[in-house]
Amino acid sequence: MIHKKKPKLAVWKFASCDGCQLSLLDCEEELLAVAGAVEIANFPEASRAVVGRTYDLSLVEGSITTPHDAERIHKVRRASKFLVTIGACATSGGIQALRNFKDVKEFISIVYATPAYIDTLNKSTPISDHVAVDFELRGCPINKYQLVEVLSAFLNGRKPVTPRHSLCIECKLKGNVCVMVAHGIPCLGPVTHAGCGSICPSYARGCYGCFGPKETPNTSALSAQWEKLGSSPISIKRAFRGFNAFADAFRKESELYEK
Amino acid sequence: MRSRTIKVDMLARVEGEGGLFVKIKNRSVVDVKLRIFEPPRFFEAFLRDRDFQEAPDITARICGICPIAYQMSSIHAMESACGVKIEGTLRELRRLLYCGEWIESHALHIYLLHAPDFLGYEDAIRMAKDYPDAVKQGLKLKKIGNDLVTFLGGREIHPINARVGGFYKAPTRKELMALVEPLKWAQEAAVETVKLVATFNFPDFEQDYEFVALRHPDEYPLCEGRLVSNRGLDIDIVDYEKHFEEQHIEHSTSLHSVHIGSGAYHVGPLARYNLNYDRLTPAARRAAETVKLGEVCKNPFKSIIVRSVETVFACEEALRIINQYEPPEKSYIDITPRAGVGYGCTEAPRGILYHRYRIDDSGNIKEAKIVPPTSQNQKIIESDLYQFVKNNMALSNDKLTWLCEQAVRNYDPCISCSCHFLKLHIEQE
Repeated sequence: MIHKKKPKLAVWKFASCDGCQLSLLDCEEELLAVAGAVEIANFPEASRAVVGRTYDLSLVEGSITTPHDAERIHKVRRASKFLVTIGACATSGGIQALRNFKDVKEFISIVYATPAYIDTLNKSTPISDHVAVDFELRGCPINKYQLVEVLSAFLNGRKPVTPRHSLCIECKLKGNVCVMVAHGIPCLGPVTHAGCGSICPSYARGCYGCFGPKETPNTSALSAQWEKLGSSPISIKRAFRGFNAFADAFRKESELYEK
Repeated sequence: MRSRTIKVDMLARVEGEGGLFVKIKNRSVVDVKLRIFEPPRFFEAFLRDRDFQEAPDITARICGICPIAYQMSSIHAMESACGVKIEGTLRELRRLLYCGEWIESHALHIYLLHAPDFLGYEDAIRMAKDYPDAVKQGLKLKKIGNDLVTFLGGREIHPINARVGGFYKAPTRKELMALVEPLKWAQEAAVETVKLVATFNFPDFEQDYEFVALRHPDEYPLCEGRLVSNRGLDIDIVDYEKHFEEQHIEHSTSLHSVHIGSGAYHVGPLARYNLNYDRLTPAARRAAETVKLGEVCKNPFKSIIVRSVETVFACEEALRIINQYEPPEKSYIDITPRAGVGYGCTEAPRGILYHRYRIDDSGNIKEAKIVPPTSQNQKIIESDLYQFVKNNMALSNDKLTWLCEQAVRNYDPCISCSCHFLKLHIEQE
């Protein structure tokens, strides 16, 4: 019998809130099983141990916002056989990409008394703007069951099953009454990537798009519907300028409502 | 060897990116830095010109570990700006949600981030090989906290149900009752946790801190109260910025906070416990008595015991709220924005989290200020390191480095919160 070496897993953080990597620790029931199937070789949030310098699978959280990180991501890529981005920051630049629409110098002076100490780039960009990415997992935060699916797919050499259709499909499957049609609540569901399990409509609120754009989203038709429901241009702009503001489809739609 | 450096480039088992640097020259500590290199994310800047109702969703993204703290501080601040106070069942539901976050965050820190230090393991997964039952108990405890947050908030990280004015949807009594049995188990497990962690070996290290926490007339503090300290501070949260200020330090992308006139101060479980021992619920107090913790604890390494006692409290308080729960008529109160300034200060698992917003009469945010617990503890962490290294020069570098990391982890620092990542680096000349 051949004993295969366990694949080595690394978790890397760039500009982010730590929530997506925390999702791995939030897999309370699966955590010890995951730890049995892979060797956790570099995961500072969970362990002070670092094993080796190359990794079979790297999970990357966070966006690129500093010159140092723009170099570090290349080192991560070189050290990794497979590189998977986890979450909205790594996949579309995250909430901090709101700086991309403004002058970052003004932002620095609002938050920090001594701007000269701060080294930052003008834009917050997704990992795929810098290096090749093997798979992108959506969400702010990611769905932990989808993360387990990605790990399981990787271990079995198959493609992860994470549908790219709209949130509406999940809502229908769940049996939710449509909040927009029945209650007139503005909802980003029709243009938003599935994956969360349509949480917001299940709690009587409209989707706010944390999984980013779905495949082929018709954002202008949705904006027109929001206008009919009485949404102001500024509130439509704000809706698309959320946690995936720099994702192409959302960015373009929000720019139509600029001023 | 006359000079020594203790250095940790990337501090593990903390939330966010930071390091630690200590320099020793001729047997005296000459420099201590808690380095924070978490990339700045500028929340206070991009909150400008957003709607007041968006603040809880946006500020939650500052931290994936304590999003509810951000939601609660921002919601209370917005309500204070609009002159509204939420009472009754909706207030109780907020406390319930916060209890869930305390349980999951404390269980995470106790079992996965801090206990491995005391037992000599690199991490909880390696610890699980020798202590499978303890780690499983910790994971289950954490899961019950997360289940409570998921049920009431929609999901464990960045929950979606809390809003300015209340909740998007309130649970039915029957739905909440399903949480009773797991929470009873959790309370027992938390009591066992207190007993377990009290058996650890603690470095003899008591410090004379100024502790700062909220204090409420009848409750162990979560969302409301006056700000008090063991040195006579007793103020309304509205006056926070008259007493505390943030300084921008070169080695940190997090701002250091100081008590004006007296310097460093200590926030978090130890501060809450020492200032509110008489407000603990009965089972929590019994648990503290069982292990002879006393009414005052000044050893930061023992914060793991205090966190466990607070976990007992959070379970007990959650059970009380659920047992008395009657669904509200409406899940939120409609709030019309008005121009003004609002303040919110709540007890995140790691200590007080202060928010201030100025909004206009359409509800647009014109100015935001956020002071997270970790930036308030940064100076105390550095002074602990200074003192600890001074007292323990005889130890080998490896041993001293690990203990320094542990001393930082005493504060469960959340560097993502303070903007920020932690790094330990001890240098000796």
